[in-house]
Amino acid sequence: MSRTPMLLSAEGLNKSFSGFQAIKDLSFYLEHGELRTVIGPNGAGKTTFLDLITGRTKPDSGTIEFEDEHNLLPMNEFEIYRLGIGRKFQTPTVYTDHTVLENLQLSLAGSRGVFRSLFARLKSEERDRLPEILKTIKLTDRAQWKAGALAHGQKQWLEIGMLLAQDAKLLLVDEPAAGMTDEETHRTGELLLSLAGNHTIVVIEHDMTFVRQISEGRRVTVLHQGSVLCDGSVDHVQNDERVIEVYLGRKSKAS
Amino acid sequence: MNTLLTKREGIGFGVVFFILLVVMPVAEATKLIDPFTLNTWGKYLCYAILAISVDILWGYTGLLSLGQALFFTLGGYMMGMHLMLMIGKLGQYKSDLPDFLVFLGHTSLPTIWKPFYSFPFALLMVILLPGLLAAVFGFLAFRSRIKGVYFSILTQALTYGAALLFFQNDMLMGGNNGFTDFRTLLGMDLRSPGGQRSLYLATGLLLLCIFLFCKWLTITKFGLIQRAVRDSETRVLFSGYSAANFKLFVFVVASVIAALGGMLFVPQVGIINPSEMNTEHSLEAVVWCAVGGRGTLIGPIIGAVSVNILKSWATRAYPDWWLIILGVTFILVVLFMPRGIVGLPDQIKGLLNRMKRKPSETAEIPTAIAP
Repeated sequence: MSRTPMLLSAEGLNKSFSGFQAIKDLSFYLEHGELRTVIGPNGAGKTTFLDLITGRTKPDSGTIEFEDEHNLLPMNEFEIYRLGIGRKFQTPTVYTDHTVLENLQLSLAGSRGVFRSLFARLKSEERDRLPEILKTIKLTDRAQWKAGALAHGQKQWLEIGMLLAQDAKLLLVDEPAAGMTDEETHRTGELLLSLAGNHTIVVIEHDMTFVRQISEGRRVTVLHQGSVLCDGSVDHVQNDERVIEVYLGRKSKAS
Repeated sequence: MNTLLTKREGIGFGVVFFILLVVMPVAEATKLIDPFTLNTWGKYLCYAILAISVDILWGYTGLLSLGQALFFTLGGYMMGMHLMLMIGKLGQYKSDLPDFLVFLGHTSLPTIWKPFYSFPFALLMVILLPGLLAAVFGFLAFRSRIKGVYFSILTQALTYGAALLFFQNDMLMGGNNGFTDFRTLLGMDLRSPGGQRSLYLATGLLLLCIFLFCKWLTITKFGLIQRAVRDSETRVLFSGYSAANFKLFVFVVASVIAALGGMLFVPQVGIINPSEMNTEHSLEAVVWCAVGGRGTLIGPIIGAVSVNILKSWATRAYPDWWLIILGVTFILVVLFMPRGIVGLPDQIKGLLNRMKRKPSETAEIPTAIAP
């Protein structure tokens, strides 16, 4: 039987910042169509891990490959983006002075050249896609608002919408529920679940209710001190002795 | 985002350019205002072009360049070289060579000067030399991701270095005296009112063209990305755009715009020397933008003209106080008029609305429900 092709495989990653080892011998594999949740206490290296994938920082050692053929290490941010890897930041990062619609427009897949941008026109299929995305992220009636005027939760959705406009193969979503009300969090979960399958998604999250909602029957990876602590279903990891220990900070009786 | 000008803008700009391009020259031709005034306004319009070049970098892309006076002066020098050769034998030494070259002991024209007999060549160099310098400098700076205050300092250093170079007599650019004593351009007597009027009109038309070109840039997708770079460069990179390439393009365009302004500045003031090439001039242009309203295109024009009218008056009435007046104006504008003169009507409207509304209702209503 042939090996399932991996969408993303990272092996033996190490990264330290002036003596502090943020990522330690980390290996991570992702299959096509997965929705993977990554949890871990503060300082576990979750965001650094995303920085490494998206080219924001470079690892000291290790390899990262996308679709088994692209080596991500020599690439910079926008080259990696153009392969189809989209990222949502922990704090919503949208163009605050642009309208919601313009934010999505800038994210649409297509040419990224300077001279093309001078004469670019929206294609008709793109004009059809924008309302669809607006509907998905529930911002239809806010299309002409400046993104800076949106509520915090709406900015988070807009940023997810921007990844949809990009038609990313891999969505890296960093703490989408941060700073949201319970209801907004739930709606965000539904949004991510509706995207699963068509897209491969990695979600980094703290909020365990939210993690339970989106990872039902899916794999959860726990990071601790820069490497994978354990891996498995949400029930499995929640009952894992080591996970309880790092989260609650008490010595496990069994060991 | 797809119309070049809204109706309101169209009327406003129409009025401004009608006054500049029709009313002023006609008034001068019919002796309502004297040639000196028109000439002074011609200078202001050159400054307005310089201010636009600062604004498309600073106001639209978030790059505070303190090197725009350099590109302005370079454009002026390229035009000055042509004007020097057009003096012919009318100079002090009755030689074909420019006076300063005779003074330095030259007997024949240096090779780099020869092509400048041709006006089209001089025009080409006005665009090429500053454009090329901006391209090389910008490529190195943006590729190394130099941003913010470091970019400002570097452009300032570049300007300073260039000025030192031009002060040298060995550059064959007239040293610290620069070029002066111009006579004719394209057969037109530069010292006659007619010649000055033509230059004024050329400046006004160029300003109009540059204005429309920059306005067009802002409504394209390019304009969207340009402002996106200003607001969130990280997001631009993570939206797949090479921010460096976009910044480089704006930098080159802005530098060529500044150079074109300098090209028309020199025949109107009749002199060009390296002291134009300094940070103070770049900084003044930044003040014009801030006063007029940065991030708009009409703002720099209004700012350049109004601050220079103020300067003309103050340097005559209170010569010792001018720099203090300028500084205080700048501080007041930054503190109380963040959007400059252009933003004043909206600011007053907002203030009146807030006074009308009850305190309980003062919650921010998004100002962004765009037309």
